[in-house]
Amino acid sequence: MDMEFTVEDLAFRDEVRAFIAENYPQELRGKQDEGDELGKEDFLAWHRILHKKGWVAPAWPVEYGGTGWSPTQRYIWSEETARADCIRLMPFGLSMVGPVIYTFGTPEQKAKFLPRILSGEDWWCQGYSEPGSGSDLASLRTKAVRDGDHYVVNGQKTWTTMAQHADWGFFLVRTDSDAKQQEGISFLLVDMKTPGITVRPIITLGGEHEVNEVWLEDVRVPVENRVYEENKGWTCAKFLLAHERTGIAGVAASKRGIERIKDIARSEQDGDRPLLANPFFKRKVAELQTDLTALEFTELRSLAGEAAGRGPGPESSLLKIKGSEIQQRITELALEAVGHYGAPYFRGFGEGDNEHPIGPDYAHRTAPSYFNMRKTTIYGGSNEIQHNIIAKMVLGL
Amino acid sequence: MDFTYNETQGMIRDTLARFLADTYDFDTRQKMIATDAGRDPGIWNALANELGLLGAAFDEEHGGLGGGALENALLMEEFGKVIAIEPYLQTVVIGGGALKAVGGAQAAAHIPGIISGETIIAFAYAEPQGRYDLANIRTTAKADGSGYILNGHKGVVYCAPWATHLLVTARTGGSTRERNGVELFLIDANLPGITRRDYPTVDGNRASEVYFENVAIPGDALLAGGMDLIDRVVDEATVAVCAEATGVMAKLHEGTLDYSKQRQQFGQPIARFQVLQHRMVDMFMEVEQAKSMTTYATLHLDKPAHERMAAVSQCKAKVSRGAKFVGQNAIQTHGGIGITQELAIGHYFKRATLIEGQFGSADYHYDRFERLVIDEAA
Repeated sequence: MDMEFTVEDLAFRDEVRAFIAENYPQELRGKQDEGDELGKEDFLAWHRILHKKGWVAPAWPVEYGGTGWSPTQRYIWSEETARADCIRLMPFGLSMVGPVIYTFGTPEQKAKFLPRILSGEDWWCQGYSEPGSGSDLASLRTKAVRDGDHYVVNGQKTWTTMAQHADWGFFLVRTDSDAKQQEGISFLLVDMKTPGITVRPIITLGGEHEVNEVWLEDVRVPVENRVYEENKGWTCAKFLLAHERTGIAGVAASKRGIERIKDIARSEQDGDRPLLANPFFKRKVAELQTDLTALEFTELRSLAGEAAGRGPGPESSLLKIKGSEIQQRITELALEAVGHYGAPYFRGFGEGDNEHPIGPDYAHRTAPSYFNMRKTTIYGGSNEIQHNIIAKMVLGL
Repeated sequence: MDFTYNETQGMIRDTLARFLADTYDFDTRQKMIATDAGRDPGIWNALANELGLLGAAFDEEHGGLGGGALENALLMEEFGKVIAIEPYLQTVVIGGGALKAVGGAQAAAHIPGIISGETIIAFAYAEPQGRYDLANIRTTAKADGSGYILNGHKGVVYCAPWATHLLVTARTGGSTRERNGVELFLIDANLPGITRRDYPTVDGNRASEVYFENVAIPGDALLAGGMDLIDRVVDEATVAVCAEATGVMAKLHEGTLDYSKQRQQFGQPIARFQVLQHRMVDMFMEVEQAKSMTTYATLHLDKPAHERMAAVSQCKAKVSRGAKFVGQNAIQTHGGIGITQELAIGHYFKRATLIEGQFGSADYHYDRFERLVIDEAA
């Protein structure tokens, strides 16, 4: 057993650090520092730089454009990007549909879609949940009926993140209504410009437009855009959910979040001392940081298992549960730290107020992000469902 | 021992509840918030003049119905049930509470205007550096002839955009954080030298940063009593916010129960799942305990300061924790729909979240309780 980085690892870390320092877009950094909202182009700016360098998809096999890094190197990469506060790339292409396509797709699908995912040319969204099918995803009702070389798709999807920007979407649809629920589902790649698709915004509690409803009315999808066999889409979905869960631990980002709380609590005064010296507050930060260490080491053990050839299994539910709880506690503590200045709603400051914001800069997004992050224990398979998975698959109950 | 409301109190509560049921459904509330003013002044006017409720907590000699803290609590609970954005807490509980405490000519001069709905008071007490410490004050009130000159900056002053008057804490002497020298002033909100930056708050209210620059105020603006008076007024306000919280929490719980019975997953209502049943039972227990603590603290408001403060801190600490638990679990049980703007539940959660910190977080109040009670016994 050994937890030290090798000389090669350390050299790699220095290389990554130098690359980020030299190449991270200044304009993007400025926007992040100002707390500005980030748009599609902001995400793509960093995406394109990484693509040019060949580092945009560290987890992919080399033959499809991956980096060939060891799990340790991938860990260093996520550490360093979080340490430097780089934005997280959109996961829908790189972490979700990409791995499904290179695992289950046809040679044509791989040739067509993978390069454009890597380059950022296609922006992807995920058509999974439906109004009546959340935790019980397999009950989904969006229907695809075969008509010659096409499927005709009708139904409604919801919680579709960033669909407003999407060029393509991957959709779970029902192709056999008579089979057992999981056995009648197919996995389709849908051009979002196809006639019959309507995207409607859902505004969430902090005022953000992240998620959407997607309505499909007689949408014609070529059969060649089905991934894997007809009625075997659930296999792809399960594979993808396991993949989604490993990233969902969010360890590196949470580390950065805890440092940010410390920064806030050093600035905030609590009588004659900084808030960080308040024993109650300090203890909460200590507990949070300790829980994060436990999560991080659990993830490392899981990564090491993956390196030894064991893919992400049901234990990734543990990473999702603990990771999402920690992400929420970070926003909770940040809101607590800013005291009265959690109340002003920054979207309502009005014209021309940007020069002299209300309260300290770091306070502006604390409440909206606390509200927003309630999603983490709900999405990607709610934490209740994750508990069920562990109970069933790990404990055999 | 009797913990029931008397007949008059019951009538007052029912009157408000009926009125709010007719005028304050969720969609109407959202429309009010979206207007430039951020409220419908007609509601306040109706509360004052059609229903006569703004006098419920005032003495008869000032034109009130003779009630007090209990009336404030039961009205605040009803306001909480509809997440009302009315300035009752600031105007009646806080402004009215300070005036009742000082009595005399000042009470006689201002209380009738509160009861008639013409006077709206905002409480300018918090300062950017001060957190929840009421004596951590840099705003100065310097004696000048028969009056004072105010200078300073007050932060996140709820209802200030609507206020006719400001109730301001300021320092006539002493250094920042010293209790001595802090006084309470009730002043006209539109005096020369007062500027505001108005903004919405995340819970749907309106607030302002208020700046005082050489504002000349008359001598009779001083509500004498110093920090002892301020402590008392804020304790009354804290309990009133806890009463509001019981309304908010009850609705969060009720909304969650209803939703869990309707929402079908895996071929049955999610209310059938034991893990959710137990969660909703835990929420229920928090709601009940919040009600108990609010009643406990309300009945301690007239006790000596030490006892009163200990009770209020226990109440607020418990309610803050409970509001968080109930709010978070209401959202979690709703799933995705809970974090959208569309459903009322998320807006109750937002109000519950800000109540957690209002007039002191759980940490602040546990600390105050420890200093008052535990340290003494150590």
